[in-house]
Amino acid sequence: MTIFIQTFVSGILIGGIYALIGIGMTLIMGVMGIINLAHGQLMMVAMYITFVLFHFLHLDPYISLLVTMPALFLLGMFLQKFLLNPLMKVDSILPENQVLMTVGIGMVLAEIARFIFSSDYKTVKTAYSSSAFFIGNISFSLPMSVAFFFAVAFTGALFWFLIKTDTGRAIRATAQDKDAATLMGINSNRITIITFGLGSSLVAAAGTLLIPIFYLFPDIGGPFTLKAFVITILGGMGSTVGAIVGGVVLGVAESLGATYVGMGYREMIGFVIFILVLVFLPGGLKRLTRI
Amino acid sequence: MKKKIIASILWSLVFLLFPLVVRSSYYQHLVIIAMMWVVIGSSWNLLAGYTGQVSFGHAIFFGCGAYTAGILVTKLAVSAWWGMLFGGIVAMAVGLFVGWVCFRLRGPYFALATLAGGEIFRLIATNWEGLTEGMVGILIIPSFKSKLPYYYIALALAVSCILSIRVIMKSKWGYYFVSIREDQDAAASLGINTTLYKSISLLVSSFFTGMAGAFYMNYMAFIDPEVVFSLHFISIMAILVGIVGGVATIWGPAAGAFIMVGLQETFRSAFFGLAPKWVSQAHALVFGLLVIFVIMFLANGIVGDWPKIKRTVFRVRRPV
Repeated sequence: MTIFIQTFVSGILIGGIYALIGIGMTLIMGVMGIINLAHGQLMMVAMYITFVLFHFLHLDPYISLLVTMPALFLLGMFLQKFLLNPLMKVDSILPENQVLMTVGIGMVLAEIARFIFSSDYKTVKTAYSSSAFFIGNISFSLPMSVAFFFAVAFTGALFWFLIKTDTGRAIRATAQDKDAATLMGINSNRITIITFGLGSSLVAAAGTLLIPIFYLFPDIGGPFTLKAFVITILGGMGSTVGAIVGGVVLGVAESLGATYVGMGYREMIGFVIFILVLVFLPGGLKRLTRI
Repeated sequence: MKKKIIASILWSLVFLLFPLVVRSSYYQHLVIIAMMWVVIGSSWNLLAGYTGQVSFGHAIFFGCGAYTAGILVTKLAVSAWWGMLFGGIVAMAVGLFVGWVCFRLRGPYFALATLAGGEIFRLIATNWEGLTEGMVGILIIPSFKSKLPYYYIALALAVSCILSIRVIMKSKWGYYFVSIREDQDAAASLGINTTLYKSISLLVSSFFTGMAGAFYMNYMAFIDPEVVFSLHFISIMAILVGIVGGVATIWGPAAGAFIMVGLQETFRSAFFGLAPKWVSQAHALVFGLLVIFVIMFLANGIVGDWPKIKRTVFRVRRPV
């Protein structure tokens, strides 16, 4: 029983981070109608920034959040403005151009990282990297718990932003109906750029929070892109609440799978969920909650 | 009409005589690989270009074909050439399942579902060590030393693939496919069973891709999950071959395959040894940049955008 609870707890903790990654993707998905397949690679960029800051300036990863989030916000805005938005004007037979473009962006980011840092595994070893505290018999990894609380805080802040501010309302309006939003005087081009920046900075936060626990290499982005994608499908396209639930469900399912099925299949659990959702619950959790 | 016949005779002479004239096994190898990509690109094009179901997971079928051939050798001890047939059939069976799951989705979601499918198959091939040897991969003994037999097999495969797609697209099926691409609801309202015809398109496409995979196993004599189920270098490459050449054209993917293999090899070998060595280290980077460039400027491919290219590059202006 202890093992079960322990697995469950670590699943929820990692699920919080997954939710942060998933929310970024689902925001972009909602406004632009495409899945950003460079999402994990953007996270990788943030992780390398954190690594460099730690290595050369000895900056604590949690402080470097102040650098990575704005940096990735700018990078995301740049990508959207100069690479993705111009594609709307190119007419071609296939509408999936933007998705393919994000794949290209992801590849370029990963290869640039490989070019600069080589394929070696890097780690950021902080004093608290492997420390843990206990509640009863259950151990809580300290960096995971901190990351979880940061993730909850960022999610709360995002909700406040989306519900209370004008820009947030404009984002939600664009996600609901782009044409109607444009008719109401919202500059939807600008909104897509802001949204992409916002999604990128959320995933940057996730990357920076993960770095005390994970090792880092240029290809780390791919699996996280796919996780974010599974979360988005599971939660329902464009649903932020769904992304949170989806992230936690994926985290728990992965830990349970790793404990009871086998470590090698950990990555596959997400895809099994993915197929089950597609077959039995197309539309994801959004269909159940209607949010 | 006469011009067309002469052109096709000339082209077939060029391809039939190529390995007899160019004896360098390096260039023969490049053309063999390009032929393989003609098959994969054309079959991707049938599903994506003509039927409008953009697949990001053609590595599924390629890998299943390759692994069928490999497993026939390691587990059943029969010749890997049987894989050319059975690889196609297994890929079709897998295609049926993939279609059953993924055809519930439309547009970008279909694309993403197939992408996830590719990753699932890669993970299965990595973890099911009893069947696939996992990351160790499968190594077989190649049947021929010379490249000539492989060359003609690849040529036959490429030609039969292109001709079958041509025949299909001239038939009623072809019209159904295009109507599904243009407007699925309108097609359904005209009485076309869209799921059935999408599945047919997928089955044909997966069959040829599976055969290409089996050919790869026979030719390269080594596979592992990271190679044959690779997202970037199989699935995305298949898309690029299709897009560079031109989607929804018969000859587009064929042209695209030769261009992409040529470009990739040029960068991989650092302009055949002329450029500094870091160029070859950056070949994957160049591949990514190529993806971006092609989508931004050549969205309909070389064959599809040919009039535009003629206008801008050669300054040929047609009288209006």
